[in-house]
Amino acid sequence: MNPHDEEAIRKLFPPGALDDPTCVGLTRAKTVRLLDETSPLKLEVGESIAPVDVEYETYGELNEDKSNAIVIFHALSGDAHVAGWDVTAIETGRRWRLRKPGWWETMVGPGKPLDTRRYLIICANFLGSCYGTTGPSSVNPATGRPYGLSFPIVTVGDWVRLQVMLLDYLGIERAYAVVGGSIGGQQVIEMMLAYPNRVEKAIVLAASAKLSAQGLAFNAVGRHTIMSDPHFDGGDYYAAEVPAQGLAAARMLAHITYLSEVGMEMKFGRRLQDKSRPDFDFGIEFEVESYLAYQGQSFVERFDANSYLYITRAMDYYDAAAKWGGGDLTQACARVTGNVMIVSFSSDWLYPPAQCRELAIALCQCRHPVTYIEVPSSYGHDAFLVETDVVGRLLTDYLDRRDGDG
Amino acid sequence: MADSRRSWQDRLIALLLERATPTDPEAAERALARLVQVLERQREAPRGERIAPVVRNGAHRWDHDLIERHVAEGVSVLDLGCGSGTLLKRLMETKRVRGQGIEIDAENVMQCIANGVPVFQTNLDDGLAGFPDESFDYVVLEETVQTLHRPVFVLTEMVRVGKRGIVTFPNFGHWQVRLDLALSGRMPVTRAWPYEWYESPNIRPLTVRDFQAAAADHGIRIVEGQVLTDGQVRPLDADDNLFAEEVMLVIEKA
Repeated sequence: MNPHDEEAIRKLFPPGALDDPTCVGLTRAKTVRLLDETSPLKLEVGESIAPVDVEYETYGELNEDKSNAIVIFHALSGDAHVAGWDVTAIETGRRWRLRKPGWWETMVGPGKPLDTRRYLIICANFLGSCYGTTGPSSVNPATGRPYGLSFPIVTVGDWVRLQVMLLDYLGIERAYAVVGGSIGGQQVIEMMLAYPNRVEKAIVLAASAKLSAQGLAFNAVGRHTIMSDPHFDGGDYYAAEVPAQGLAAARMLAHITYLSEVGMEMKFGRRLQDKSRPDFDFGIEFEVESYLAYQGQSFVERFDANSYLYITRAMDYYDAAAKWGGGDLTQACARVTGNVMIVSFSSDWLYPPAQCRELAIALCQCRHPVTYIEVPSSYGHDAFLVETDVVGRLLTDYLDRRDGDG
Repeated sequence: MADSRRSWQDRLIALLLERATPTDPEAAERALARLVQVLERQREAPRGERIAPVVRNGAHRWDHDLIERHVAEGVSVLDLGCGSGTLLKRLMETKRVRGQGIEIDAENVMQCIANGVPVFQTNLDDGLAGFPDESFDYVVLEETVQTLHRPVFVLTEMVRVGKRGIVTFPNFGHWQVRLDLALSGRMPVTRAWPYEWYESPNIRPLTVRDFQAAAADHGIRIVEGQVLTDGQVRPLDADDNLFAEEVMLVIEKA
């Protein structure tokens, strides 16, 4: 890169962004075709799909005995861009990445809990999403047009199998650790059940072995708002206007489930938005309304409504006990061989502590050592991203112990 | 020393010793000599130092040594109220045990994780519902029984989940503690019981005899006992309700 180009790139990002020594700096995602038409991916629901491209990012170096790889599983609206500044943000049309580093910048980088000087960090975008891995917005080779709702139903199990194929491709037999929060945490659970020998340490943040009825209900309303948007058009909207209102409303609803009652009270209370008296109309009156409207709008800029449908469905279907233990979580957990740490957050009502704890208890029932901690927090489900001090310390200490921990 | 003063001291000591029926006259003599010393210092000393405090064996955990000697190589140990995990860390290193800790305090849980000790954060008073019968060789309850809301429930859970239980606690029946209460009329504050009544986590002070009675009433057998007294560890004796500073009892289902 010549100095002139370097200067031009620096100007793309906030001042000083590239000078932070604890940041991985500029990143460039890689894409690999893990499966082509000659060997389609057979999905859990029975259908097959090909080709399958996977977009992923890595930071740090694989050591000689390939024992330092850490896999991060991202959550619903996440992507493979975990840390650093995406140098391809303009060419890929992901301009929001010019303003913000990767979604787990607080945890990943030189000297950070997921220390890129010690570990090779890998994160892949999952199947059905809209950030480079094959999904409903990808072109269906059979029709030459985007899949839309003809994209097959994908599952958490499919995501994890694809992740393991990526590990195969990278020549990594066993990950030192796998870590994820929310639906990323459910992928960690699936990984330790489906591929126990390929994980040394599993770290589950704010996730349980299945979504509750309340969680299913929220997802149902989210999908309903998308599918009843006049622009949804059976999911075939890629050449026309997108179902923005529906997707924004789904995101607004979801955001409520990511916070807690106490957290919202502290953050917004009943304060009015930029006014001292209400206008007595149906515009934005309260701060909390403004916040949700902003979250909804900015989500529309960066997410595909069909992906939202497929991902929430995968979340709905996942049930570790049903899949691996005939409905009995303890029987399922008998498969686990590695070390497990489960972290719940006190005010999380999407994956409440009591449900996260069930997984820890099932491991105890199997006489398997387990670490379970309930972190006090008012940030609700979002706490796994927001409580950076405590999560950082847990990750650092848990990863640091390479022996003697059962 | 004035005769009148001696006589009430003598009567008090006689009362204490009589109840304990000493088998070792020399130990009784030593206790008596210390008692006289203590009484003479009594008036001037500030609260918490009035009575020579019941001490642990220096900074070294006497019960850790005992437990380490007691458990065999490669067994499984569940440590209830494991604190920062120091006992389990030691047993995992020296005896290759399968260790699991249970702890309620978040900071302690974090320390366990830093120590590489698997730890389940939960309230012991809720029991060990997740743990199957006899899933551990030993269940340890160290310096914790006196802090529990439901101690008998936890003890019965211990002998359900473990083939054996190991319980250690400071003895509230120790003669110095009794004397402090008797003479000052205030709850004893000693090194083993260092808190004022209103801030003490030790909500259920108990004596060796109290434990023995509760065990007998609730289907728990005491298999063996060790006591710490005057810096020495020795097997539990009949009059140790008066002389034991701390006790370690091995229990099982009766």
